[in-house]
Amino acid sequence: MADLRTNIAGLQLCNPVMTASGTFGYGLEFQDFVNLEQIGGIIVKGTTLQPRQGNPYPRMAETAQGMLNCVGLQNKGVDYFCEHIYPQIKDIRTNMIVNVSGNSPEDYAECAARINELEHIPAIELNISCPNVKHGGMAFGTTTDGAASVVKAVREAYKKTLIVKLSPNVTSITDIALAVQDAGADAVSLINTLMGMAIDAEKRKRVLSIGTGGLSGPCVKPVALRMVYQVAHAVRIPVIGLGGISCATDAVEFLLAGASAVEIGTANFLDPAITVKVAEGINAYLDRHGFQSVKDIIGICE
Amino acid sequence: MKKYILDLKLTAVERLHERYVLLKATDCQKPLPEMQPGQFAQLQIEGSKQTFLRRPISIHYVDRKQNEVWFLVQTVGDGTRQLARMQAGDTLNVILPLGNGFTMPSDASARVLQVGGGVGVAPLLYMGAVMREKGIEPTFLLGARSAGDLLQLDKFRALGRVFVTTEDGSMGEKGFVTQHSLLQQEKFTQISVCGPKPMMVAVARYAKSADTPCEVSLENMMACGLGACLCCVEDTETGNVCVCKEGPVFDIKKLKWQI
Ligand SMILES: Cc1cc2nc3c(=O)[nH]c(=O)nc-3n(C[C@H](O)[C@H](O)[C@H](O)COP(=O)(O)OP(=O)(O)OC[C@H]3O[C@@H](n4cnc5c(N)ncnc54)[C@H](O)[C@@H]3O)c2cc1C
Ligand SMILES: Cc1cc2nc3c(=O)[nH]c(=O)nc-3n(C[C@H](O)[C@H](O)[C@H](O)COP(=O)(O)O)c2cc1C
Ligand code: FES
Repeated sequence: MADLRTNIAGLQLCNPVMTASGTFGYGLEFQDFVNLEQIGGIIVKGTTLQPRQGNPYPRMAETAQGMLNCVGLQNKGVDYFCEHIYPQIKDIRTNMIVNVSGNSPEDYAECAARINELEHIPAIELNISCPNVKHGGMAFGTTTDGAASVVKAVREAYKKTLIVKLSPNVTSITDIALAVQDAGADAVSLINTLMGMAIDAEKRKRVLSIGTGGLSGPCVKPVALRMVYQVAHAVRIPVIGLGGISCATDAVEFLLAGASAVEIGTANFLDPAITVKVAEGINAYLDRHGFQSVKDIIGICE
Repeated sequence: MKKYILDLKLTAVERLHERYVLLKATDCQKPLPEMQPGQFAQLQIEGSKQTFLRRPISIHYVDRKQNEVWFLVQTVGDGTRQLARMQAGDTLNVILPLGNGFTMPSDASARVLQVGGGVGVAPLLYMGAVMREKGIEPTFLLGARSAGDLLQLDKFRALGRVFVTTEDGSMGEKGFVTQHSLLQQEKFTQISVCGPKPMMVAVARYAKSADTPCEVSLENMMACGLGACLCCVEDTETGNVCVCKEGPVFDIKKLKWQI
């Protein structure tokens, strides 16, 4: 049994497998299938200052080895989260992390400040990369200035571990990563979804209600892996890798590329117990190759 | 209700008609979990390149003696075609039971009308069987395009009264279910509906005018089936809710349908 523990800027994880925001609900939805405490960290649904209805149906289109979604950050707002959801998840003994989104740096900061008060939430993941809302989201994540402005504002309001989630829909993701590092991020996670489109040839219409959506699943893995490798080689802060991970080997590849931990998203829909299986598979890989600790393989791929 | 991921073994694959197949699956190890009429399962599709996600399919029937769960599937695309190609002995991975089922009448004097269209009859067989166990005789009103699209009629007849409409008049009364003379002749205390959306809307309209409580089962496109992704939402009186978790069965009063 290898040592699977890893840490992200002071955050201790029992293993490097986390869940990606928007794909694992609040964790509670998966309790029948996995022991949540065997997951390194659970990143819950995107949360905003004000409640959001999200985009109209249809919000999903299946693609070759993946899917598009345009959920649009439907959530009941941070106050509802604090009052009604937090009490249900605060005693789950793993890192419960809130994914935060907003329309302006002030929004983000206000939302983060509220979550800062919650004892059992040790970190937030700042979503500056949602492709499915008009303002905010990706708008901030696609320029170095925009990204830095949000991270600066949140850094002042938020005292715990601050992870910033990056958009792949940019020319140079390393430039954005460096900008958020300089603005005070403790870690970066990448990638969010790739902007895409689906057209129904029979109906001669775009499938998704808002026309475009974010692509996820195994089809995005090579793009994600390349970006994680590049960013890990450019920044000093820890990197969390995600995008298309659906088995232990995929996860190992991200660790080799330089990620200190990984997140699993869409694969939870196909197998709700995948997270724990991936953690076990990473252990088997380490044993098979004679590594004592998962830390021994982080970033060792030249 | 606790949900399970199970590897079931197919005991039979019966082709009912060109476009419909009946899958019977058993758990070789232990009794199947409790399931309620109207709930569904997420079926994993093996061997179809075009099918990435699981496919939601209703619980058609639960045979406790044989420890079997049945699925009635209409082939509409690659995923369902692949299901139809499966054979007895094959393994079918399912997640079940999902969602909330139809309200079951508590009172033996309840007069329940179950309306099904096309493959939408699927959940009604199990519902009828459960009602029968409670000593309530169900009434089925089943509609289809043509006689060949009327599925499992003998099974329905074994459980209760069956009325039929076909659009081409090849069996029962000609027309749509809402045109059936039964609706003029009898009053019901509850109507449960599953079928194509236009049919459900028409039945909902009838139920509203007759002041009869009515539930419909929605078929929004799903990714997770677990209430985690928020892809399957329906706009309701309380905002967007997940059909997979809050439904798929809804009281028509909760929906924003123009009826
Ligand atoms: C809760 C629930 C219960 C269901 N129960 C049954 C059942 O018991 N038996 C059964 O045969 N089918 C049932 N369905 C519908 C079934 O899930 C779809 O027909 C199936 O997913 C199609 O997969 P496919 O790969 O064959 O087709 P695809 O290639 O995915 O699609 C083929 C065509 O069918 C349409 N389609 C796909 N999914 C749906 C859907 N959910 N609703 C409406 N149109 C769709 C597509 O738009 C496309 O035009 C149910 C759906 C839901 C949500
Ligand atoms: C249905 C769905 C909803 C998502 N919602 C969010 C969200 O609220 N916030 C966020 O940062 N990312 C969200 N994402 C992106 C995922 O967290 C993840 O970055 C992306 O799906 C790539 O990983 P994967 O290929 O493993 O799914 C969502 C993805 C999906 C499929
Ligand atoms: S299908 Fe994912 S929430 Fe309903």
